[in-house]
Amino acid sequence: MSTELSDSAPPPPNEASPAPTRRTFIATTTAVGGVAIAGGVIGGSILSEPEAAAATAAPTSRVALSVNGRRHTFTVDNRTSLLDLLREHLELTGSKKGCNAGACGACTVLVDGRRVNSCLTLAVRLDGAKVTTIEGIGTEDKLHPLQQAFIDEDAFQCGYCTPGQIMSGVGCIEEGHTGSPDEIREWMSGNICRCGCYPKIVRAVEQTAGRK
Amino acid sequence: MHPFTYTQANDAREAVGAGRRGGRYIAGGTTLVDLMRETVERPDTLVDISRLPLREFNVTKRGGLRIGALVTMSEAAAHSKVRSLFPVVSEALELSASAQLRNMATIGGNIMQRTRCTYFRDVTADCNKREPGSGCAARGGVNRAHAILGTSESCVATHPSDVAVAFAALDAQVHLLGPDGERTVPFLDLLLRPGNTPNREHALRHGELITAVELPALPRPLKSGYLKVRDRQSYEFALTSAAVALNVSGGVIREARVAAGGVGTVPWRLRAVERALAGERPSDRLWSEAAAGSAEGARPLKHNRFKVDLLRRTVERQLRTVGDMA
Repeated sequence: MSTELSDSAPPPPNEASPAPTRRTFIATTTAVGGVAIAGGVIGGSILSEPEAAAATAAPTSRVALSVNGRRHTFTVDNRTSLLDLLREHLELTGSKKGCNAGACGACTVLVDGRRVNSCLTLAVRLDGAKVTTIEGIGTEDKLHPLQQAFIDEDAFQCGYCTPGQIMSGVGCIEEGHTGSPDEIREWMSGNICRCGCYPKIVRAVEQTAGRK
Repeated sequence: MHPFTYTQANDAREAVGAGRRGGRYIAGGTTLVDLMRETVERPDTLVDISRLPLREFNVTKRGGLRIGALVTMSEAAAHSKVRSLFPVVSEALELSASAQLRNMATIGGNIMQRTRCTYFRDVTADCNKREPGSGCAARGGVNRAHAILGTSESCVATHPSDVAVAFAALDAQVHLLGPDGERTVPFLDLLLRPGNTPNREHALRHGELITAVELPALPRPLKSGYLKVRDRQSYEFALTSAAVALNVSGGVIREARVAAGGVGTVPWRLRAVERALAGERPSDRLWSEAAAGSAEGARPLKHNRFKVDLLRRTVERQLRTVGDMA
C-alpha cells in the first residue's frame, strides 16, 4: 500500500489541502454556524484561503509533522484530530473512525513509535512528531509480517477494525507483550472487533511475534 | 467542539502564567479532548504542558519515590522502581484503560480525570457537576455504576481512576506549582467530595499545576496489589476495586493500608478495615472479619445495591491475595 499523495514536497501554508471537497465544504459551513456536532466528522478542518476567510471564528495553528516518512506542514483548525487530518486531508483513509471517543481502537496509529488513539490526539500538538499509519508499514508487494499474518489466519470478517488491530498489534509486539495468548488478549483489549475475530487476531499477533 | 486558542508552554513558569490567565492545561488529553468533543468541556484556551520537564523518577532523601506529572501511565507502570517498591501502583495502572490510552495519558492527568457518569457526559441531562443547580439525573436514573460512599443529594458520580485508589492507600503527596509558588498537599485532600458543590472537584488553586506525585517511604517489607472487578475482563472501569498494602513482620500485621475504587465519589480509604487488621495475625478468618466493614456508611441507590456485598468480597479477596504474599 503506498500513500495516495503524489506530491512529496511539503505544501506551502494555506495550500495544504486540495480543492475543497464536499466534506470540507460541509465542515466549514458547520463550523461557521457554531453548531456543536458531538463525534462528528467535522470537528475542524484545514483551511484553504476561502475557507479561512469564512471561518474566522476558529483559531488555527501551523504544525509540521511527518506521516509515513513524508514531511507535511499544515495550518489547522485547532480542533482537528490527527484522525481527521489523516483521513480528510491526507486521504489516508486506512485509519478508521469507529467511536471517535477513544473506546474502540479503530483509529490506532503510531506517534513517535508508540500506539495511540488518533481520534483523541489534537493535530496541533504534533509539531515535529513522526506518525505511522497502516499505509506506512508495508507495500502491496511486500506486506508487513503482521498484515500477512492477518491474511494467513483469516483474522477479520468485515475488516473495519483491521487497520487499528494491525497498528495496535505492531505496537504490542514492539512492547513485548506477547508472551502468551492471555497476555496478547489483555494488551490488545483496546481494539474492539464487532465480528468477534479475536481468537484469530490473537493467533496472527502470536505468529508474527514468534517470527521476530 | 467549541473553538479554542492553543499555546504551548516552554517552561513551568510560562505554563502557570497562562493558567493564571484562565488557560486550561492539557497533558495526555484523553479525557479532555473527549469531553470537549461532547461539549461538556468548553475551554477558550488550551495550554499544552506536554513539553515541560516533568518526567522524573526520583528517589527522595526520605526514601520515597517522586513520579513526574507528565510521566505516562505506561511509563510509570513499567518503571522498575514502581514495580519493585509499589506493585499496587503498577497493577492499578495496567488494569486501567487500554495500551493506547496508557501511552497518552499522564499521572497528573489521571488523577484529574473527570467522572464517567453518563449523565455528566450527556449535555442534555441534568447534572449539578456540569451545570450547578440543574439537578442530578443519576439519582432517579440508571445508577448501577454510581457511588455508594461519599455521595450527596447533589451528586453520586464516582471518581473513575484506578491509580488514584493506590495513591489514596499509600498516602501519596502531590506537588503543585502555582502563581504563588510551590506547595505540597496530601493526595487524600486533593479530591473533594461533592457535598452541595459537585462542580468543585479538587483543591487546586486557580492556575495551579501538578508537577509530581510522591509515594512516601513506608515501613518494609511492604506487599501490595490491586484487584479490579468489572463487567468485562479488560478495558473497563471498575464496579469495585481494592488497593491493599500490608507490612507484616514477626507474623503480625504492623500496618495495613486499604482503599477502594468504583464505589466512592473520591478514592475511598477503608479505615475501619485497616483498624481491624492492625496488630493481628494473618488468617483467612481475619481477612473475612476485617472486610466485613468495607462498605461502612454506604448509601446504595436503586441499581447499585449489589456493590455493598461486591465491595466486601473484593476487599476480602485482595486481603487474602496480598496477605498470602506477605
